[in-house]
Amino acid sequence: MTSALNPRFTFDTFVVGPANRLAVSAARMAAENPGSAYNPLFIYSASGLGKTHLLTAVGARARALEPDRRVEYLTLEEFVDSYNAAVAVGQGEAFRNRFTDVAVVLIDDVQFLAQRLETQTELLRFITQLLERGHQVVLASDRPPRDIEHLDERLVSQFAGGLVVDIGPPEFETRLDILRRKALERGADFEQVVLSAVASYEARNVRELLGLLNRLIAFQAVNEGALTVEGARTLLGLESAILEGEGATDAAPEGVVAGGDEFADFLDSVGSALARQVEAWRKRVQEAAEYWDGQGYRTARITALLDADTPLGAEQAVRAYEGDVDRLRALAEEMAQLDPARAGDPVFRDPDRVADAEGLVQAAREGLGAPPEPASALTFDTFIQTEGNKLAVASARTAVAHPGAQYNPFVIVGPSGVGKTHLLHAIGNGLVAQLESAVACLSAQQFVDEYVDALERKRLEPWRERFRRVRALLLDDVHLLALRAGTQEELFHLFNALSGAERQLVFTAQAMPQDLEGLDDRLTSRLAGGLVVQLPVAAREVRLAVARRELAVRLGTADEDVAAYLADRPDASLHTLVEMVQRIAHECAARGSGADLALARDVIEGGAAPAPRPARRSRNSGVVLSSTAGLRSPEKVIWRWPHVGERLIEDLS
Amino acid sequence: MSLVNFTTREITCKIVYYGPGRSGKTTNLQYIYGRVPEDRRGRMVSLATQTDRTLFFDFLPLELGSISGFATRFQLYTVPGQVYYNATRKLVLQGADGVVFVADSQARQLDENLESLQNLQANLLEQGIDVRGVPLVLQYNKQDLPSDLILAAHELDEQLNFREVPSFGAAAVSGKGVFETLRGISEGVLRRLSEEQSQ
Repeated sequence: MTSALNPRFTFDTFVVGPANRLAVSAARMAAENPGSAYNPLFIYSASGLGKTHLLTAVGARARALEPDRRVEYLTLEEFVDSYNAAVAVGQGEAFRNRFTDVAVVLIDDVQFLAQRLETQTELLRFITQLLERGHQVVLASDRPPRDIEHLDERLVSQFAGGLVVDIGPPEFETRLDILRRKALERGADFEQVVLSAVASYEARNVRELLGLLNRLIAFQAVNEGALTVEGARTLLGLESAILEGEGATDAAPEGVVAGGDEFADFLDSVGSALARQVEAWRKRVQEAAEYWDGQGYRTARITALLDADTPLGAEQAVRAYEGDVDRLRALAEEMAQLDPARAGDPVFRDPDRVADAEGLVQAAREGLGAPPEPASALTFDTFIQTEGNKLAVASARTAVAHPGAQYNPFVIVGPSGVGKTHLLHAIGNGLVAQLESAVACLSAQQFVDEYVDALERKRLEPWRERFRRVRALLLDDVHLLALRAGTQEELFHLFNALSGAERQLVFTAQAMPQDLEGLDDRLTSRLAGGLVVQLPVAAREVRLAVARRELAVRLGTADEDVAAYLADRPDASLHTLVEMVQRIAHECAARGSGADLALARDVIEGGAAPAPRPARRSRNSGVVLSSTAGLRSPEKVIWRWPHVGERLIEDLS
Repeated sequence: MSLVNFTTREITCKIVYYGPGRSGKTTNLQYIYGRVPEDRRGRMVSLATQTDRTLFFDFLPLELGSISGFATRFQLYTVPGQVYYNATRKLVLQGADGVVFVADSQARQLDENLESLQNLQANLLEQGIDVRGVPLVLQYNKQDLPSDLILAAHELDEQLNFREVPSFGAAAVSGKGVFETLRGISEGVLRRLSEEQSQ
């Protein structure tokens, strides 16, 4: 971090004159008694008058007196860079602590503090800390603190608290002295008058003076004979500069061997400007990548740009990327409205997959995803056909064969637990196979819930659209729409739209349409206008078949006695039948035995059978009890009810 | 003209010194020529009249070497200042990446300066280039003349520097301000380069 001190820059090689005497003596004092006098010492001067020389001399002197003393020389840029680097890795404090055992800190080019408020704050803290510890601080700048633009007042007063001293341009004697010393140092021999002539030129700074000397030395090196005053003046163009105005173009210094200094300076500045400007795109790309990575977006696409040698299209690529991110943001926002659960999809964080994100949102926009489909397990094949339901099943098959044309709407009526839902889903599955397109099959309760949800989220139109697009609508338990005027209204319009387009409509209800309470007449009349089939209460043979099937599904074998026992239970609707088989299966699993009549009796009667399902109007039929359609969780079912007799005694006693 | 070639990693920068006759454009180039190590400079081409006035143009190629991995080359041109060489001026101006306007600080040359500045603007416009879009710096040359003959830099700023571009006082004969000017225009050109990149 610290620049090496230039060993040539010592007090011995510094030419002292009236213009810099104060600065030199103050610097010498600071070097010899670090921290005790003039702290901080602030040296300023125009460029090329020896600031850096003096600063370095302080360090060299301090170290010469006590070789163990630590001296740090750094330019403001270095200070900023290393401080930023330290902060970037979370080592800001460690950075400051590095200076705890440094006796002398030399900071060059302080003028670059202009307008850099954060750096100023940090430098203030840094210097305060050093001063408190008694370390010597020497600063150099090309202008006094007051003239550094927007310099923090606290820094100004801190600098003023030490010593602020300037170095003026060298006067004739000093210039001559410098020329003499330098000529000697370079092993060049010039006549006194020649050097005087050069010194008489009022060079703005020492560098310029040395530039003149360099030209003399170079000329002397390639030419025989000593340089005359006239020769020197001509060579340096001093004469013409002073005397001539007209014909200036003729007086150009031709054939001068290059000193190289000015050109080198020029190269330096162009080099750094170039590095700054030409490589700016890398920085831009890097910043963009870091920023968007921080925002949680995939940045592979733009980090790949850094591997390229050229910035061609880099800016456009970054902009395109940012455009994509904006689009993703908008899409994610819309998705949050449509379907909050899917707004977090990783696709919304990958600007390379905007198309996928668009697709997702489009699907959601078009209707909140596909409408619910019929349960695949409930088919005609698994529906147990009896004499009593033969007509219903046959007409259902006909409806499937001619969707929307033969029986529309098709209404299945019957009490709870007779297989309405099963038949509905069987029709649904038949229609899916027949139409090979979207079929909506859902319970009325679900229909209500979705409607309310769409209403709340103001997404009614897409929700409607979703249903209008289906080729068939199958609605279970339509009686649950009772008193729900809004939903009935929706269903009414949907009914009209679909039947108008000859789409199949299927409903189940607990009672004949005209007997359904709370349903609007315009709905019930439409239901009644189709084919209404009734499913009778399940006959014993149906119950037996269902019991056999369920036992086979859950236990692997169907014990005939158990099946008969279950089918003969007086309270056995199909729902309770399935429930009883579940309990038996559970008990078998617990005991690790097979199912037999004794076990079945024990489970159903011994454990005090659960009260038969109340004959209330069920929320929905819920015959989604087949093994594939989802098992009721055993934890949520109370298997052992307290014995009623015991409860009675308890209550009486 | 393509300033930066990222494929071959080359930067070529054409800088034109513009200004009225005898304002010191060639002197600028000659001073630079004298400061550049031989291996870095090409042959300075000068087509001059018998009285050493620039007849056609001066051309000084500079190899700055590899900077940030870019082989960097500056081409410095001057235009003939005299009014009747306008065709040449237009030719030289073509594809310029930056323009140094060398003004003569003498008070009596002010009109010539203004005229030349307008000529620059007109010639650029003819090429479909808005003078505001081209990096430009002003050099007030001959500031070493007796002060009663010349206008000070701030006065010239008022008279000539409408666009408030960087301006440099100079005495090209002694080299004062020559490299400062060159540095100024180089920075302007490179800044423009990064702006173009980000467009």
